[in-house]
Formats: sequence, structure tokens, C-alpha cells
Amino acid sequence: MRIWLPPLLLALLLCGLSVGMDTLQPLFQWLQPDKQGVIYKRESFLFLLQNHLPLVNQVASIGQTFPPVAVLALAVPALGFGEAPIVVALILYGLLPILRNTLAGLEGLDPAVREAARGMGMSPMQVLLQVELPLAGRVILAGIRTSVTINIATAAIGSTIGARTLGDPVIAGLVNGNTAYVLQGAILIGLLALTTDSLFEAIQRSWDRRLSPSVTAS
Amino acid sequence: MIELKNVTRRFGETVAVDNINLTIETGEVCVLVGSSGCGKSTTLRMINRLLPHSEGEILVDGEDITTMNPEQLRLNMGYVIQGTGLFPHWTVARNIAMVPRLLKWPKERIDARVHELMTLLDLDPQAHAHKYPQQLSGGQAQRVGVARALAADPNILLMDEPFGALDAITRENLQLEMLRIQRQVRKTTVFVTHDIDEALKLATRIAVMDQGRILQHDTPENILRDPSSEFVENLVGKQDRGLKLMSLQSVRKVMTAHRDSRHPEPGVDTVREDDSARLALSIVLWQGAEQVPVVNADGQEIGFVTRERLMQGGA
Repeated sequence: MRIWLPPLLLALLLCGLSVGMDTLQPLFQWLQPDKQGVIYKRESFLFLLQNHLPLVNQVASIGQTFPPVAVLALAVPALGFGEAPIVVALILYGLLPILRNTLAGLEGLDPAVREAARGMGMSPMQVLLQVELPLAGRVILAGIRTSVTINIATAAIGSTIGARTLGDPVIAGLVNGNTAYVLQGAILIGLLALTTDSLFEAIQRSWDRRLSPSVTAS
Repeated sequence: MIELKNVTRRFGETVAVDNINLTIETGEVCVLVGSSGCGKSTTLRMINRLLPHSEGEILVDGEDITTMNPEQLRLNMGYVIQGTGLFPHWTVARNIAMVPRLLKWPKERIDARVHELMTLLDLDPQAHAHKYPQQLSGGQAQRVGVARALAADPNILLMDEPFGALDAITRENLQLEMLRIQRQVRKTTVFVTHDIDEALKLATRIAVMDQGRILQHDTPENILRDPSSEFVENLVGKQDRGLKLMSLQSVRKVMTAHRDSRHPEPGVDTVREDDSARLALSIVLWQGAEQVPVVNADGQEIGFVTRERLMQGGA
């Protein structure tokens, strides 16, 4: 149970802040004494969070070969403003870590294990599903973790081309010279990334426990 | 029965196995022996189609293996390899149950079989069934590897240097174990090794290989007595041959039997009737004695073997 505690706490903090950013008004007022509206009100944070996650989701299955901004610059003329170009960027950006780790995971297997699996009469599909994927799963999961975490940050850049994400307050803050806005967006994006990352950490550890009992048995 | 007829395997330009003919009778242990790169492992891996052969025919019980489904073929051939190849994410019991599960045996039958095999291989099911391979010693892991190969009671057992990575004592134990198991289950076995002593100990017939060819295929005794070429002679150890032949000879053949069996005198070293003549000679030499008493499996003294007799007929 202990390993699930950090992601749970971080998730609670993330949701709490999304709903109750107002309560921190005095803090932000102190940061930005010259502005009237120190709490970002154009959209609710909860709405932005909800919009941020599906964008990240598209990605969890997938690249990182181009700088995201370059991809955006290329995708906007083709796909127009909005969410479509950022999805393309996220897919490209999230793909590489997953692909690389999947390959590394499969290559890192003890060749004797694969040889034994084939030599004892498993079909290629059975070798993949029963032996290779379970054994490489941990490394593949690490790739997905990297990919998703990077993409949470990348999705925020989508706000520059009209996607509604947690990047909105950051962009709005930068445009208006309102540091409080920037901070609110940044805190939530950071928390979202931390939450997701620690969730993956927990999944990885529980995976370890099941698959490498020698590490934890004693 | 396994028959290889004019089998050749090429890797690009190099010929790994060069037109070999080999017949392995049902129930015999055929050991392929030779230095590394001589084609012995390649030969083994062609039998279960992990490698296709370039030319020739391989027949298993009269049937050409290229006409069979490779998975079906392999399910009927136990396979043991040097690094054990146990699946690290499965328990010992689940590893042993691999082939029965692929064959979709009912669960009770699998459990009973796993229990039976662990007992046969001298692994306590209570203590080890739920361990993972990383928690076992090298010898235990290889026992599990052998149990896994025997699980679905295949007709054929293929073993690729199974004991090569083990220390000398563990290796010797497993060799003795294998002889015992082989007496019980009588599998047609193809065993690959580079260790001539292992080959002499385990084989009913040995095939000596060099540069992809079989130089000699004969019983251990004939290989020692009548090596077909200088290579074979050097491999079996020209000058060491006398002792090696003695270790093939059992004490039973050279002993003088008592008319009645009797209790052995306490405190005197004895040999068992199925020990090797070499062991008897060793005891005679060490003790400076003229003879050594022979006991049977029940511990009764049934005869004796003299130094003179060992010298004459040991080899």
C-alpha cells in the first residue's frame, strides 16, 4: 500500500488546487501587487485540467524526434489552429521513448530464455505474449512513463496555437505580464507531471514485486 | 529412433555440418562430442528444427521432420540447454508445467506430474515449488531444467551441454542422477558435450565430431580401444586410456565370488558390485592391500577382487 501513497497524495493536491486556487489569492496578491485579478478566471482550472489529460492520453501510445515547437510550426498550416496539430506533435514526441524502450526491453532478454521457449514448442505468438512481453514489460513501462511525463509538459505548448490546456494561464500571464497567472499554470502542470510520474513509479514497483521476488523476498 | 541421412548445414559459405549420417536407436543415449565449433550443437538444433538443414533428410520414428509442424515436433522433444533457460517470471512449478500447459492438460494432472518430477529429480516440492529460478543454486536450477524437459513425457530428450556451466561436484552428481533417471525412463537422448569424460560416462554410443564430420560413432569401449584416427586418439587421451577403460568396467566383471554372501568385516573399505574397476584399483593402491571385498546393494559381502585380477583384466 505504501508505494501507492505518493501518487495518491499528489493527485489529491492537484485536484484540490484545481478547485481551490482562489484560497491562495493572498499569496498571489503578494506576488503580483500591481494587478487586480491575480487568479486566472477565464476558464476554470478543472476544465483546463480535463482538457489537458485527453491530449496527454493520445500520446501515451506513442514520439520525440522533432522539437515540439518545430512540429507545431509545420502542422499548423496543414491542420489549422486548435487541438489537431498539438495531437500530431504529441504523438511524434511520445513515440520515440516507447519504441526505444520496447526494443531495448526485448533485446535485453537472456537469449537462453527465448531459445528454451522456442525449443520447448511455443509458437512465436506464445513466446511474445507469455515470455517476452512480461519480461520486457518493466522497461517498456519505463518508456511510457518518460513519454507521458514529457508530453504533459509538451501539451501545455499547445496553448500557443489555440488548444485549451493548462498552458492557457501561462501564455495569458506571459502576454499580460502577470506572473501570478504563469505561476498558477506552471504549478498545476508541474503537479500533474509529478502525479503521473509517481503513479508510474508505483506501478513499476508493484511490477518488480511480482516479477523479481528475489529482490524483495528476503 | 532418429535418423540423419546425408545432412548438411551451411551458414553462408561455411559448412557447419558436412554430410553426416547418424542413427540413434530408441532408448539409447547418443553423445555428440568434439571441440567447440565442430558442429555438434548445430546438429542437435537441426533435430528439433531450431535450425533448418540445408541438405539431406532427418527422420524421427520414420517420419521426415520437415513435413511436421515444428511446434508439434518440439512438444514431443524435451530440450535442456546450458544456461537452463528457465523463465525468471515463473515459479519452479510453473516452469516445469510449461509443456503440459501448452498441451492443455487438466490442472490436477499437471500438479500431480510436477510433484512426481520434482521428487524424481530430488527437489523437495514443499520447499522449492513456489520459489523463483533466481532463488535456486546452479545445480537445482539445472534439475528444474531437466524436470521441465521431461514434464510431458516426451519420447526424445535433447541436451545441449546441460552441465557445462556447473562446478565439478555438482556436475558429477547430476551425471549420476541422469544415469539413474535414464534407467527409469529410457528416453532416446541426444546429448552434446565437449567433455570426453562426461561422454564416456553417460553414452551408450558416442559420435566424435570434428569440422562438421562424424569421425567415429561407436560404444565408449570401442572408442577407447580402437580409435579410428589420431584425432579421436588424442581426444580420448592416448596415455590415459587404461584408466578410462577401467572406469567403464564394473567390479562385477572382475570379482571372484564367495560361495555364500556374508557380513563384511567392520572397518574395512569395500566396493559395490556396480562400482567401477578403477575405484577398486584406487582402494587397492591406497591401502597397499592385495584384495578388496565387494558388497551388493544390500550391504552383504558377495566376493572380492584382487590386485592381480585388476591388473590383468581391468582394461
